[in-house]
Amino acid sequence: MATITAGVATPHIPAIGAAIDNGRSNEPYWKPVFAGYEFSKRWISEARPDVVILVYNDHASAFSLDIVPTFAIGCAERFQPADEGWGPRPVPVVEGHAELAAHLAQSIIQEDFDLTIINRMDVDHGLTVPLSLLFGQPERWPVRVIPIAVNVVLYPPPSGNRCFALGKAIRRAVDSFDQDLNVQVWGTGGMSHQLQGPRAGLINREWDNRWLDGLIEDPETLARMPHIEYVREAGSEGIELVMWLTMRGALNPKVRTVHRFYHVPASNTAVGHVILENAS
Amino acid sequence: MALDKPYADVPGTVIFDADQARKGYHLNQFCMSLMKAENRERFKRDQRAYLDDWPMTEEQKQAVLARDYNRMIALGGNIYFLAKIFSSDGKSFQYAAATMTGMSQEEYARMMLQGGRSIEGNRRTAELSAKEKK
Repeated sequence: MATITAGVATPHIPAIGAAIDNGRSNEPYWKPVFAGYEFSKRWISEARPDVVILVYNDHASAFSLDIVPTFAIGCAERFQPADEGWGPRPVPVVEGHAELAAHLAQSIIQEDFDLTIINRMDVDHGLTVPLSLLFGQPERWPVRVIPIAVNVVLYPPPSGNRCFALGKAIRRAVDSFDQDLNVQVWGTGGMSHQLQGPRAGLINREWDNRWLDGLIEDPETLARMPHIEYVREAGSEGIELVMWLTMRGALNPKVRTVHRFYHVPASNTAVGHVILENAS
Repeated sequence: MALDKPYADVPGTVIFDADQARKGYHLNQFCMSLMKAENRERFKRDQRAYLDDWPMTEEQKQAVLARDYNRMIALGGNIYFLAKIFSSDGKSFQYAAATMTGMSQEEYARMMLQGGRSIEGNRRTAELSAKEKK
């Protein structure tokens, strides 16, 4: 039987990807960011997931304004790294798990989530930077990935509650899959950041850390936070944090915090990173 | 009945909602076209001619030519779409963000290293104008 064993939350900042790709991760600016992932790399080499269900958002790469799905699931065998304007990142092709993805889609849609099914999609930094942070620069990714793309670009994104409930539906779907698979769910994005307008550069350290406490200890309450609070307190792009609630919804109500890291800045953004394992 | 937009009073912030997306549709789709290398080359060769292939407003075209990101956002652009323009120019997100704040990239980078822009006084436009009056 397939089992969800752990959840990971991490930002997907494009500048982090550029630092890795260009061999600049040892520079004084980047060192403290990557230091927060040393434990995580060791942890994942022991945790050895077969599949990561990776909740992220596309940044106008696969989806233009022609079609904007609120929740989309990648059911393909493989996904190519996207050319976002400077050529594709030099990272391996992302291999999917089409069989589990099809099972997820069928189960979750029957739980009232109207997922969009994607059979051809390029994946941008939102998906590949988290893989680089946890796995470094391998010849091929040591894991299969099922992308779950959430619209957080065109307002409004789905509510925190809806994202949290999606996580619970993912959990039930994985639990009912017959193959023996070690599955992790990752939530990506955030934390506080604003990339646009005269308020760009906004960081709210206290709010971010309170939010992390809530994510770990009382996600039911946190999931009810309205969008306006994210926009006001964590910046217009801080709203990406709703995607972390999907990861949390897929875990047990009680979790063990294996790793927690917070650092400012990486480019324009506050880096928050946690690893959670199910506790009973 | 008009939609409630509680985010209208967040200072220095334009939320890319359905109304903005409607205004900016062609501007943003032009940006998407820059994801292809051959289009980037054509754009760089003659920006004006390239823009004229798109049914954008003259104001939007002028904002693109001037690389005025605040203006592009006011006219319906979204930062993730506009990113294709500054990426084609070989510029970073931090560069683009700095230009929108009126700071130099160095000043902006320093602010980020010192913990970023404070939330204090930046939650509501009313707070911001009260601060400016002091």
